[in-house]
Amino acid sequence: MNALIASINPGLVLILAGLLAGLTPIQRVRQGLALGAPVLALFMLLAAPRDIDIATMGMLGFDMVLYRVDSLSFIFGLAFLIAALINAVYALHNDSRLEDSMAMSYMGAAVAACFCGDFISLFVFWELTAVTSVFLIFKSGTRAAYKAGMRYLGLHVLSGVLLLFGGMQIYFDTGDMSIRALELGDPGVLLVFLAFGIKAGFPFLHTWLADAYPKATVTGTVVLSAFTTKLAIYALARTFAGEQSLIWIGAIMTVYPVFFAVVENDLRKVLSFSLNNQLGFMVCAIGVGTPLALNGAAAHAFCHIMYKSLLFMSMGAVLYRTGTAKATELGGLYRTMPWTTLFCLIGAASISAFPLFSGFVSKSLTMSAVAGIGALIPWLMLLFASAGVLEHSGIKIPYFAFFGHDSGKRPKEAPFNMLLAMGAAAFICIGVGLPAFLPGFGFDWLYNILPYADDPYTMKYEPYTGDHILTQMQLLVLAMFAFAVLQRIGAYPPEKRGIILDTDIIWRRVGYGFAKWSGTIWTKVGPAMTGLFGTLTGRAFSRLEAAFSPRGTLAKGGLFDGMAVWTVVLLGLALMIAFFVR
Amino acid sequence: MIDLILQLAPAWAEAHAPALIIVLPLLAGPISAFLPGSGRIAWIMTMVVTALCTLLSIILLAQVRSVEGGAVISYAMGGWAPPYGIEFRIDALNVLVLMLVSFIAFLTSIFGWPTIRAEINEEKRAMFFGAFQVCFMGLLGVAATGDAFNLFVFLELSSIATYVLVALGSGRDRRALPAAINYLLMGTIGASFYVVGVGFLYAATGTLNMADLAIQLQDTSGNRAVQVGFAFILVGLGLKAAMFPLHQWLPNAYTYSPSFVTAFLAATATKVAIYALVRFLFSVFSLEFIFEGASLALILTPMGIAAMLACSFQAIFQTDVRRTLAYSSVAQVGYMLLGISLGTAAGVSAGMFHLVNHALMKGALFMAVAGVVLTYQGTRIHDFAGLGRSAPWTMTAFAIAALSLIGVPLTAGFQSKFALVSALLASGWWWAALIVVFSSVLAVVYMGRILQAVFFKPPNNPQKRQKEAPMLLLGPLWVLALANLWIGINGNFVVGLANDAAQALFIGGVR
Repeated sequence: MNALIASINPGLVLILAGLLAGLTPIQRVRQGLALGAPVLALFMLLAAPRDIDIATMGMLGFDMVLYRVDSLSFIFGLAFLIAALINAVYALHNDSRLEDSMAMSYMGAAVAACFCGDFISLFVFWELTAVTSVFLIFKSGTRAAYKAGMRYLGLHVLSGVLLLFGGMQIYFDTGDMSIRALELGDPGVLLVFLAFGIKAGFPFLHTWLADAYPKATVTGTVVLSAFTTKLAIYALARTFAGEQSLIWIGAIMTVYPVFFAVVENDLRKVLSFSLNNQLGFMVCAIGVGTPLALNGAAAHAFCHIMYKSLLFMSMGAVLYRTGTAKATELGGLYRTMPWTTLFCLIGAASISAFPLFSGFVSKSLTMSAVAGIGALIPWLMLLFASAGVLEHSGIKIPYFAFFGHDSGKRPKEAPFNMLLAMGAAAFICIGVGLPAFLPGFGFDWLYNILPYADDPYTMKYEPYTGDHILTQMQLLVLAMFAFAVLQRIGAYPPEKRGIILDTDIIWRRVGYGFAKWSGTIWTKVGPAMTGLFGTLTGRAFSRLEAAFSPRGTLAKGGLFDGMAVWTVVLLGLALMIAFFVR
Repeated sequence: MIDLILQLAPAWAEAHAPALIIVLPLLAGPISAFLPGSGRIAWIMTMVVTALCTLLSIILLAQVRSVEGGAVISYAMGGWAPPYGIEFRIDALNVLVLMLVSFIAFLTSIFGWPTIRAEINEEKRAMFFGAFQVCFMGLLGVAATGDAFNLFVFLELSSIATYVLVALGSGRDRRALPAAINYLLMGTIGASFYVVGVGFLYAATGTLNMADLAIQLQDTSGNRAVQVGFAFILVGLGLKAAMFPLHQWLPNAYTYSPSFVTAFLAATATKVAIYALVRFLFSVFSLEFIFEGASLALILTPMGIAAMLACSFQAIFQTDVRRTLAYSSVAQVGYMLLGISLGTAAGVSAGMFHLVNHALMKGALFMAVAGVVLTYQGTRIHDFAGLGRSAPWTMTAFAIAALSLIGVPLTAGFQSKFALVSALLASGWWWAALIVVFSSVLAVVYMGRILQAVFFKPPNNPQKRQKEAPMLLLGPLWVLALANLWIGINGNFVVGLANDAAQALFIGGVR
């Protein structure tokens, strides 16, 4: 019995709980499932042996590896399960069978995908994450959410199809279906790369992220933010570690969302852009590919899941209590939501990489690794992006929601279960960030579960050195000081305040100018493009309809309109082929 | 399992199963046509006959599977030894078809009673069941026989019964009559083409027994009569199988015939014709004959691909659910033809696998539609709005089968499409694999329209409470829906059957 339980992929426990929740009308039972399943799955994961194929299955002549734990998948699976537990607490007040069931299945699919050893089973769970998560977007019930959900579903199903196709092409080229390090070049590998890229939010493939996430439900966005993209990061780390192009892709990913986040008013959308920017750090680290860099990517993913959930949870609480997440409609909420404010500040401090918070110990690894291979320009881009993170996530989010001008809103404090979930996430954010006074305490605990924990350089790596802290504090204090001064004299409209004073003034001008310019161009060109696209698709549609609809050309083939003729045509064709082609 | 079945089955059943499976419905059909009453007795008789035939097909399956790689059972009708007498010849390929047809017939005859009571006049019901059994018997005969001309006889028997069955839909919609006459004319053309082709082969070889034909045809390369015969048989059977562009009889026939008939025909009739096509292509004609100069691929591949694309597009623009499903059937036939036209064991196996799965999913879909017709009397997509709430059991089964049709993982449709794509890639036909994937996206669109109406749109008429379909209908529907899931999760049993079927054609078998 124990052996049987130990051989079950922990993700399947969550998926099963999700199925049961879908059939259970009683809210209490669903709550029990939502809390119990992640705890059980955590125990199963901790008990699992490493580096062997725990569960395999033969299907259609392929050997599928359903459950395999190693140090890389362990940390991602662990982070996912902790996030699943926190999300379950956060959503306890929800009484929606569909949302409960879909969220659990979605989280389970993401966990299960982490522990797959071959492309087929990865594909199955990959698609399952897409199909289940889209309901979290639909559930908010607006027309815009439905449309964004359909776009999201389209892209993600496409990603799955590309993955399956690429995986099979790889299989037929090499005879090996297992997920392993790949070299870009073959068409199959390119397809897999593209499939991962869609989910990881590569430039130009990222549009679904800021489009769909802000439109999901209060709890849905929190769930969404933790899993899909990090699953893609995991997959990239597994297959494309050291792929040079990823350094640049990642660096670009860190930079451009900054501009969008600066001018965005919807705070949940700001967080979505910031999510995309954080993914860039991880992608860049995967591109570097050294053990230190991969440790950085994994540590960053772990911490990121925690503080991003925390920020989304705090914004969710605000949205839940006030009905809006728009910067212009919020402000001064700290009076009545003190705990939410505190937790949001902890999340903001973590994402901005303040010393003593989790972002500091994880981002340092990545920055050092990028500097370590001497990639100067990407390193500068990351530095710029770090400052951007501080501006839009570290300052803008808490400032406009909880401080700033008083909106006059006096909402109640968030419900207790939300506070509990935020508290747990905040605890992890601080706990992981503390210096290692004792072995295994603070950041040392995190560094010990990293994929290359026994890498000599990482073992010696010490984030709390004088120059690290000094550099980081210079950057942070300067920016905060500038923000405070600008706030006091009221010289700039809110959106312009506190931008990146620590790097270079040109960046500020160019950055804001670029954002403004692209915004203007978009408003001018956008409608024209939409119109053109509409005309083109309309024309194509009417052509298709003329041919294929019930009154269309093809349907006219009744007896006298040609079907009998077709038999003769086909007979003639067959005869000709039989006679002449040989 | 196989041993158990062979132990339990009586000796006479084992010895005469190939004949009994035909004789039983052949005798019961005319009898039930003249049974008195409101048709209830005829219905019970139909159920018993189809159940017995299912048992016989299981016995045959056990006999074939008892030998590694599949045994060949040869049964000489009336004791006249082949090749002069008529031979019934069961191997791994057609036992699969026999089992599929009889199993589907059994399920449809259970589910049929409520819909027949609603759609067929009382005095015609006994006749209806008689015609159904003759149709059923004809399909079994086509699958079981080893004689080319006997195949024509069974083909015509089943077809003529089918025309009657389709025409009986006129009680619900008068357009069933032109649909039936159209089908009759086209079907007759197809059957004539087939028999002309067999005539040419007979002229060239002097035999009608398929096994004997295969031997005789080996040294007739370059014979014009054989080539002409091949062309006629290909077109004749292609028409019966609804090969694009010879499919145009199908949408109307499926749309206007009684619900019961649609569910049965969609799952079996074209499948049997495809079996006959495969039998001729691979057993009777030699691989060298068919594939020399890739001549087979030149016809079947473009027709299969055209069906996958054109008919999927046509399905997207339909307003009637049954019509959408009918066009989708033609598109799915395209997948099967594409697999067969590869000319490899993997391709034929994938084609047969998809054939079985398609029968299961289309059977379930049309059964669910029959449930809606029964309780709501509408088959437009518009009529399906909001049914997800008022008839959750019917519509959940419908959704499972629809997902299987699309090819979502963990359903049967995924497994067979996967097998097809693997077979295509293994032969290097990556462009065809891409088209398969693209056409699956089209399936997402046309099934998505229906599912969206079912689950996301408000009901058209909230005052009118719609009911769940009766239990008699839900039972068989769910058996098929669960079969889709079961094959999707563990398809090894059916894959094994399909592989054996393909092996039977490529090594041994008839030759």
